[in-house]
Amino acid sequence: MKIHEYQAKEILRRYQVPVPRGKAAFTADEAYEAARELGGGVVVKAQIHAGGRGKGGGVRLAANAEAARQIASSMLGMRLVTHQTGPEGRIVQRLLIEETLPIERELYLGIVLDRNLGKTVFMASRAGGVEIEEIARESPELILKQIIEPGAGLLAYQARALAFDMGIPAAAVPSAAAAMAALARAYEETDASLAEINPFILTKDGRACALDAKMNFDDNALYRHPEILALRDVNEEDPLEVEAGRYGLNYIKLDGNVGCMVNGAGLAMATMDIIKYAGGNPANFLDVGGGASAEQVKNAFRILLSDPNVKAVLINIFGGILRVDTLATGVVEAARALDVKVPIVLRLEGTNVEKGRRILADSGLNFTVASGMRDAAEKVVALASASVAR
Amino acid sequence: MSILIDETTRVIVQGFGRQGAFHAEQCIQYGTRIVGGVTPGKGGTQQLGLPVFDTVAQAVRELQPDASIVFVPPPGAADAILEAIAAGLALVVCITEGIPTRDMIQVRRFLQSGQTRLVGPNCPGVISPGKSKVGIMPGYIHKPPGRNGGVGLVSRSGTLTYEAVGQLTALGIGQSTCIGIGGDPIIGTSFVDAIRLLNEDPETRGIMMIGEIGGNAEEQAAEFIKKHVTKPVAGFIAGQTAPPGRRMGHAGAIISGGAGTAAEKIRAMESAGIQVAKSPADLGETMLRLIGKD
Repeated sequence: MKIHEYQAKEILRRYQVPVPRGKAAFTADEAYEAARELGGGVVVKAQIHAGGRGKGGGVRLAANAEAARQIASSMLGMRLVTHQTGPEGRIVQRLLIEETLPIERELYLGIVLDRNLGKTVFMASRAGGVEIEEIARESPELILKQIIEPGAGLLAYQARALAFDMGIPAAAVPSAAAAMAALARAYEETDASLAEINPFILTKDGRACALDAKMNFDDNALYRHPEILALRDVNEEDPLEVEAGRYGLNYIKLDGNVGCMVNGAGLAMATMDIIKYAGGNPANFLDVGGGASAEQVKNAFRILLSDPNVKAVLINIFGGILRVDTLATGVVEAARALDVKVPIVLRLEGTNVEKGRRILADSGLNFTVASGMRDAAEKVVALASASVAR
Repeated sequence: MSILIDETTRVIVQGFGRQGAFHAEQCIQYGTRIVGGVTPGKGGTQQLGLPVFDTVAQAVRELQPDASIVFVPPPGAADAILEAIAAGLALVVCITEGIPTRDMIQVRRFLQSGQTRLVGPNCPGVISPGKSKVGIMPGYIHKPPGRNGGVGLVSRSGTLTYEAVGQLTALGIGQSTCIGIGGDPIIGTSFVDAIRLLNEDPETRGIMMIGEIGGNAEEQAAEFIKKHVTKPVAGFIAGQTAPPGRRMGHAGAIISGGAGTAAEKIRAMESAGIQVAKSPADLGETMLRLIGKD
């Protein structure tokens, strides 16, 4: 799960990671008030779940509270397009109003999981302010790493080593190292899956500070962090994906016209691939899970079809222990209840497959039964393009 | 021979509730020697006519199992694995989906000091067709290996593995052992671990690896295969059309920062001499071309 910068900074503040003084604002008046309280010049930062905001006009300086109000009113409601949002961009609904700080140096801090080691790795670089992928590509030697041993946190000597190796002046090392250790603690205790401070700055008076903050969290661990779950901003997510999540379905909207419903994530990805090979384009990724019930199939259908681009649907289920007759009954009921108009191709395998096929054939509904994945993909792509041609 | 499990393997079920019992029953019908189970608080009762214990240590004392299969829900699953490691079980197969990464970091640490092999979590388990099934895969789609051996299959995905097995069986190719290693970022048995075992197994005459986007486990496997594997290897990568930055169901299936793409994995695999099926419809055919029928 992703959260906004201002929310990440609130978490970091609780863990004693130094962050600029600032306040979230949802209206221009709130922005004015926040700027007035902070005093002097401020920075107005659009809060969306994507990076690259500065280049898109989502980070602007305001000389005083009145200017902050002006900027806020032009920023709120604007469509912010960055390299991470895609061409459709995001509507700005929240702002962060922050004090400005005299920057001496910009550094980079990041924490991620190293899958091979099965441990958390703390990364730091003197090349802050640039994207880490760019540093990794152009000067990988500038990325410093310390492995965090499970349960031990970032040890004092590790933080010190990173600070010295980044070239932080000795006088500022203790505060920078303390900030890094605190960041590691915040990451660990909140079950984060990513923490990135870019830039992590040194001010002209030698203070360390997290000027930007990005935190993502492990979805599997949210059950033990209700306070973090409460930070979820569904405005930043696709409404269909949000709805699918409510029914335990894993749905991701894509831009093609062949809707797909599959059980299992790997098979769902492979189904998208084979649709592409057959000359079509998947409209979505949809995993109904291993033990899909009739009710889930119905909800999956409804969500799938509420995408107006969908011209044909492919249902690819390798039943396994899930019985195909149960599934077929669910599909028939759902197609009737939802009065489905688009053609549906079914490829079903598993226990009671014959019984399942009979249920589909006897339903009188317009189903095309396919044998095997290739046949299914070719049939559904042909139906989708025929429908587009009409 | 087969790897990890065979007809003599004694298995206990951790989390022997409704779900656990359903799948345990399917395993028993397949021929697996399920000998009992563990559900804290239910010690002394019976499930499927088998004894239930409060702790794994008790079950080990009474039943001398070789392996356990874990169905414990996510909040307690990592602890269940740790309990099995502490009790010295040789093999733990964890089916549970949704275990927090932090818990698995802890598990990985204890795996290194113990003698236990973990398969999973978030996986369909292990099957040696005709001998034993310690997992939730449908047994009937599998075919025991022929006289010359069978295909050893290792995969990050569940139903896509069934697809591959279904295609092999339809073409008359039996399987020695199929291992679902799981779709999570931290897993107990990697592609490399599984492939090493299959390469050494005399009953395995060809290997199929089914990967997906995210991480670099397939690249590492390719590297290992290039150096050490003498048997023919076929492969597939799911998610060739997946967009970057989106998690495709499995917590581990995400292209991030340009790493973990299908194209990179396929390139690494092909350069290691692996025959990569372009389409998921050709998994069986690709293997057939390499090794022929049983």
